[in-house]
Order: sequence, then C-alpha cells, then structure tokens
Amino acid sequence: MAKVEKCSCGNDDDGLLERLEEIIISFKEKPGALIPVLQATQSLFGFIPQEAILKISEILNEPLSKVYGVITFYSFFSLKPRGKYLIRVCLGTACYVQGANEILTALKQQLSIEIGETSPDKLFTLDVGRCFGACGLAPIIMVNDDVHQWVKPSDVKKIISTYKKQKEKNKEEAI
Amino acid sequence: MDINKYMHVLKNAGDLTTLYDTLLKSKEYNSEKIYICAGGGCIASGSMKVKEAFVSQLANAKLDGTLEIMETGCLGPCAIGPVVVIGKDDTFYQKVRAQDVKEIVEQHLIGGKIVDNLLHPVDEQKVSKKSELPFFKNQDKQVLRNCGKINPTKIADYIACGGYKALSKVLTSMSSEQVVQEVTVSGLRGRGGAGFPTGTKWNFARKSQDTEKYILCNADEGDPGAFMDRSILEGDPHSIIEGMAIGAFAIGSSTGYVYVRAEYPLAIERLQIAIDQALEFGLIGKDILGTGFNFDLEIRKGSGAFVCGEETALITSIEGNRGEPRPRPPFPAEKGLWNKPTVLNNVETFSNIPLLINNGGAQFAEIGTEKSKGTKIFALAGTVKISGLVEVPVGTPLRKLVYDIGGGISTNKKYKAAQIGGPSGGCIPEEHLDVPLDYESLNILGAIMGSGGLIVMDESSCMVDVARFFLEFVQDESCGKCVPCREGTARMKQIVDRICEGKGEMKDIDELEKLASTVTNASLCGLGQTAPNPVLSTLRHFREEYIEHIRDKKCRTAVCKELIVFEILDLCNGCQACKKVCPVEAIHGEKKQAHIINTELCIRCGLCLSTCKFDAIVKY
Ligand SMILES: Cc1cc2nc3c(=O)[nH]c(=O)nc-3n(C[C@H](O)[C@H](O)[C@H](O)COP(=O)(O)O)c2cc1C
Ligand code: SF4
Ligand code: SF4
Ligand code: FES
Ligand code: FES
Repeated sequence: MAKVEKCSCGNDDDGLLERLEEIIISFKEKPGALIPVLQATQSLFGFIPQEAILKISEILNEPLSKVYGVITFYSFFSLKPRGKYLIRVCLGTACYVQGANEILTALKQQLSIEIGETSPDKLFTLDVGRCFGACGLAPIIMVNDDVHQWVKPSDVKKIISTYKKQKEKNKEEAI
Repeated sequence: MDINKYMHVLKNAGDLTTLYDTLLKSKEYNSEKIYICAGGGCIASGSMKVKEAFVSQLANAKLDGTLEIMETGCLGPCAIGPVVVIGKDDTFYQKVRAQDVKEIVEQHLIGGKIVDNLLHPVDEQKVSKKSELPFFKNQDKQVLRNCGKINPTKIADYIACGGYKALSKVLTSMSSEQVVQEVTVSGLRGRGGAGFPTGTKWNFARKSQDTEKYILCNADEGDPGAFMDRSILEGDPHSIIEGMAIGAFAIGSSTGYVYVRAEYPLAIERLQIAIDQALEFGLIGKDILGTGFNFDLEIRKGSGAFVCGEETALITSIEGNRGEPRPRPPFPAEKGLWNKPTVLNNVETFSNIPLLINNGGAQFAEIGTEKSKGTKIFALAGTVKISGLVEVPVGTPLRKLVYDIGGGISTNKKYKAAQIGGPSGGCIPEEHLDVPLDYESLNILGAIMGSGGLIVMDESSCMVDVARFFLEFVQDESCGKCVPCREGTARMKQIVDRICEGKGEMKDIDELEKLASTVTNASLCGLGQTAPNPVLSTLRHFREEYIEHIRDKKCRTAVCKELIVFEILDLCNGCQACKKVCPVEAIHGEKKQAHIINTELCIRCGLCLSTCKFDAIVKY
C-alpha cells in the first residue's frame, strides 16, 4: 500500500486515519456522502492523503477513479500537504480593480514561492481566491480563516511576520 | 435576549402568537439597545473588540442592567465599519475603535452629548441620525428589514419581529395552490441572476404527482464582487429558513438543502445555529405547529467551484459528483435532485417570501417597475466612497446608487464605469448613469441585472484589462465539458492578452466578436453562454480603448504592464533606494546623482515607484 506522506501538523497519522474511518462510516448511509467526507478529510489532514482515498473508496463503495475525479474538480481539495497557513489573495473584481495583483506580487516575492506552492519551512501556502464576500473592504487577503482588509503591498511583510511569530509562540506554549 | 428562557416547542399557531406577545412585553425587548454590527465586514474591522469594550464600560457605569447590547448582521456601510447605532436617539457612529467606547459611554450615554468625531461627515456637516444619513435615507430595506436590527443567532429576536408568522399563516390557512398563486401575483422574479418568475417555477413542481420532491437554496454566491447572500445568511438566516419551509409546503416537499460556498465559514456557522434553533422550537422538523407538515433542512458545503452555482451543476454536486452542468430539459422542476422534481431558488428570493406572504402579493407588486417587482439588494464595491450592502426598489437609477447612496467616487479621479452582473455582465459607462436598474433596461445596454454585484471603477481602470480579467475568470472556472466554452474563451483570452501586450492587430476586434457569438451560441450552460459578455460590453462602450492599445500601443491608464514606461525625473537626489530594490538591476546611477532606468532591462514590476520617497519616479 502507498505510504502516506506525513501531514504538516505533525499529528500521528494513524490516529487520524482511525478518526477518518469513523467519520466515513457515520456518513455512509447519507445520500451524496462523498463530498462531505472529502471535506472532512481535507480539514482533518490539511490535504487528502492517498491512504485516505483508498479508505474512502472502499467504505463508500465508490470507484477510485470517481474519488480522484471529484477531488481534482474542486479547488478546495488538495492532494499535496499545505502549509500551516494558507494565504489566499482575493482576485475578485472589487479587489482586482483596487490593486490585488500588486499584493500577489509582493507575497510571491516575500515568500519566494509561486501560486499553489508551499514555503520550504511548511509554514505558508500561497493561493488565490475569487471573492471572499468582503468586497466592501477590498483588497482582501485571507490567512486561514482570518480576513485582512485594505491590504497594501507594503503591509505584506508585517502580516507574514505576525504569523511567523504566532507559530513560534505556539511552539513555546507546547513546551 | 436570553432565548433559553423562552425556549419551548411550539405546538400550534396559537403558541407562536403567545410567544410573540410575551416577547413584545418582555423586559429585553423593551430595553434600550446599542446595536453593534457583527457582520463579516465589521468583524474584520474589529467590531468584536468594540463589543467587549461596551460590555466592560457599561458594567463600570452600572448601565448593564438598563442598556442591552445587540450584535447584529451587516448594517450596510461596511467600508466605514465597525459601525455602532445608539438605539434611543438613532445615533450612527462610524469607524468605532475599542478605545472610543469609554467616551461614547461617558459623554453620550451618561452625559447626553453626542461624540462628534465619530459621526459620518456629509458635505462637511455631521449628521448624527442614522435615518437622516443619505446612505440609509435613499434605500428601501425590505428584504434586509431585520439585518442590523436583530441578533441573527437568536431565534427569539426574529420571532419578536414577526418571524415565522408567514409560515404559520401558510400552514394553517392556505392551500399549496393559494401559496403559489400569491407568489405569482407578487410578480417576484428569481434574484440569482436570470430573473425567472418564481411563481411559475413553483407551479411546475407543485403540479408533479411525484411524492418525493426537493427544495434547494442556492447560496453559492460565486460572482466576484457580490456579497448580498452572504449578508442575509449572516444577518437574517431565519428569513431563508422560513422562505424555504413555505416553498416546501407550496410544492409538496419535505426535504431541503442549502448549498453554501465554502468561502463563507461565518455564514455556515450562523445558518447552522438558526436551523438548530428552528428545530428546537418545532418550526422545522416533524409536524410543524401541529399541522402535520414535515420539513427537514440540511446544509451542504460547496468546495470551491464557481460553475456549481449553475442549477444543474449544483444538483450534481449535492449528489456527490464533479459539478458539471447537464443539459436541460429535463428541467429540475421535472427531474432534479436524485431525478426527483426540485425547485432551486436563490437566497434573496427565499428571503422575499415571508414578506410577500405577510403583506400579500398585490401589495408586494406595488414596489418596482411594471415588469420587475419588489426591491433588489446590491453589493456596492470598488472605488465608491461607502461600499457596502444596499437595497433599493427595482428600477432605481444607477446614478442614485453610486452618488446618493454610495457618496460618489472615493478617489480624486472621475467615474468611468460600473461593472454589473459579474462574469456574465457588462460595464455601464458614464453616459448611461441614469439607466434604471431593472432586467430589461440593463439588457438593452448589454449588461445584466445578475445577482447584484456592482463594482464602480474610476478612470484608473483599463477596460481592456477588465475584459481580460473576466476571460481569465471564466477560463479558470469553465468545467471544460464543452469545447466552445473551454477553447473559445481560451482563444478570446489569447487575443485580448495580445492586445494588452501591444501586439494586437485591428482585425483582432472582428475576430473577438466572431468568437463571442460562437461561444454564446454553442455552449451548454449559462457560464459559457454569457462568458463573452464582458468583452462585448467593453467593446461596445469603450472601443476606442481597444483601438488605442492596438494602434497607438498605449494604455491610457498605465495598467497594461507591457505598455508602461517607468522613468526617473530630475527630482531624483540619488538616494539609491530604487536601485537597491530593482530585481533586475535596471537602474543605474552614482550616489547623490540622478538615476536612470534602462527600459530594455526593466520588467515593469513597479517596485522602484513604490520605494521612492521623493516621488521622483513616474509611470505612463
Ligand atoms: C455559471 C453560473 C453560476 C451561477 N451562480 C449562481 C449563484 O452563485 N447563486 C445563485 O443564486 N444563482 C446562480 N446561478 C443561477 C442559477 O443557475 C439559478 O438560475 C438560480 O439559482 C435560480 O434561482 P432564482 O430563480 O431564485 O434566481 C448561476 C448560473 C450560472 C450559469
Ligand atoms: S458552457 Fe462551459 S461551464 Fe458550462 S457546461 Fe459547457 S464547458 Fe462547462
Ligand atoms: S519597474 Fe521594477 S524592473 Fe523596472 S526599474 Fe523599477 S524596479 Fe527595476
Ligand atoms: S472581490 Fe475580493 S472580497 Fe469580493
Ligand atoms: S458588516 Fe458591518 S456594515 Fe457591513
């Protein structure tokens, strides 16, 4: 069987896979269960590991090709581990006309990664979004579920370092 | 309001009336209130800290027994949030920070003197009352009647505003046929974009003999620049639940799903709370109000695919598949979810339903134009002074939205266009600012009403670039099933890219128009069919800009990178800041001497421009 890549959160994979199994079983009887199960998997692991795909396919009795087909259709599912912080730059109309592209450029430069890539320290993944519904405060970037509004290219450095610090703080607390 | 105190299963319509009367007489309902916006926009701007400050300051001042804090949904003017309204005298405070709260409490609530510097300025004057501010005065809040007045996480607040009365009326005194008739008389048209008459849609599904039917709410709100549905979901979720329950009764369904896009975590959270509370009160679930009517409601989360907003794709997605549209007919009203008759309506459409049942379809039809009734919510964004959420009668002139309500352009530049209708829509130039916002008038101009996203652009926006932006959007979001949509838009994008790079030819314009008609005519779903609209509309109203890009190799707004030139003026004092940031070493010059940009090497990243502290660098 394929080996599961370690997820970036550092949790024990086996524990997670067991949890996943319980989740899949709890959804099994529901019509249209595949997508809710994949959503649960994505939030559990931060991505969709191969081992999970095999389990889902087996328990829900859906062919592997279909599970892959669904995963690749929707942009929320990722087959690769993502960083601890998913930074999404809104490229919706309101943000676009108010300078979203410059923010994206600044982020790429600061993190030295392209769209869809993860920084080597596994902290940040850079992605784009199409409107987060906060257009009144454009331009917007989202870091996980946090909204940052009226972002200027010059703010980018500060935002990134806030999350870097947060990570360090969490580490200290864990010790 | 402490809902637990009032929590009980409502066994019949009389129980609901009793609860309503009790609530109206309750201390909580009659106490003076401070409304703090807890809409997504204001939360992002820090309204929760403001709330905490109010809690502690009111306690300090021993006012916590008499004044109640109400966390509400979006009040509308998100750009000037966090916003706070003092109930007793209707004072509207903008951009409130936690450190301002002490002053509000001491000076205003205790001392009776309004805090001037937190008021919203109108023409140099300070207007204190919310109802007298042009932003609010020029609106007609019908669907948003409760947004900003109630706490969306407390069902008792909704009931105290007359909530679930319409459902009770329908279940106890109307037949399904009468409900459909009322909706038909109201003239309500779907708010999701196409404007299909809701009564007609419901009637198709009602007539079907099938015993299993479904009612779906489209809360996918994918149009970039639109946040109307989000605000209703976050600000008044019970109005959607009530509307859906009424719809279910009308068509004979007992199961509903709300398909909410994953980008809206707060909306999902609040809707789930509302569903749970409605269930506890017996307003959905089994044997609602003792009438024998059952209705189960569940949320399904989207997974980030724009095309899933299209009705057949949404249905396919709930079924657990790739969200690809399927051909119609059969229409969903005949064969929808799991091949059963299905009605799908937009969030705002459902929110209109309790309103038109309570007031009667005929009264509902008094607002609006001859062919389009009621009000429409618009998400006003872009370079407008007060961007936010506004509701006006259908047929209100665009100018009123942009200038009277939105306060005009936020920059020192002039109005250039308003993009309306998202990727299926078009741009309205200045000479058509007086166009009434209704389905027919907008179609004549090559735009569409759409779902309500309205983005104002000033003269710094390049219209060719806007067309390119939308082509890229549909390219990204096309499900790829039909060749004209997939390849046709890719071809169109290549051409527009070329024009933006200064490599276009005059014949490209004809080619674009030809391709546009193929894509429109040969695509399966609305995404492909309307994908060329942004190009056609900019070609129609801003053709000279295309010509400038092609013939003069010039972008008058300096947006199209390949056509920009960066230059250092004589002002340069040789501080070398630009030289250090330039990623390609295109800047030369000795310290303390004017620098020069080598345009051959320059990649037009703009870093030097934003770095120079002496405004010595220009682009044109
Ligand atoms: C590509 C595409 C995306 C759509 N996205 C949405 C959407 O996000 N929300 C919505 O309510 N309708 C959307 N629609 C329209 C729906 O297909 C459908 O017409 C609508 O939800 C019906 O509800 P209504 O009659 O209440 O407007 C979209 C249509 C297309 C073709
Ligand atoms: S028109 Fe485009 S989005 Fe619609 S079904 Fe065809 S390929 Fe898919
Ligand atoms: S625009 Fe960028 S590449 Fe060009 S000179 Fe300035 S910093 Fe260098
Ligand atoms: S366009 Fe960026 S949040 Fe809507
Ligand atoms: S979110 Fe507060 S005004 Fe819109």
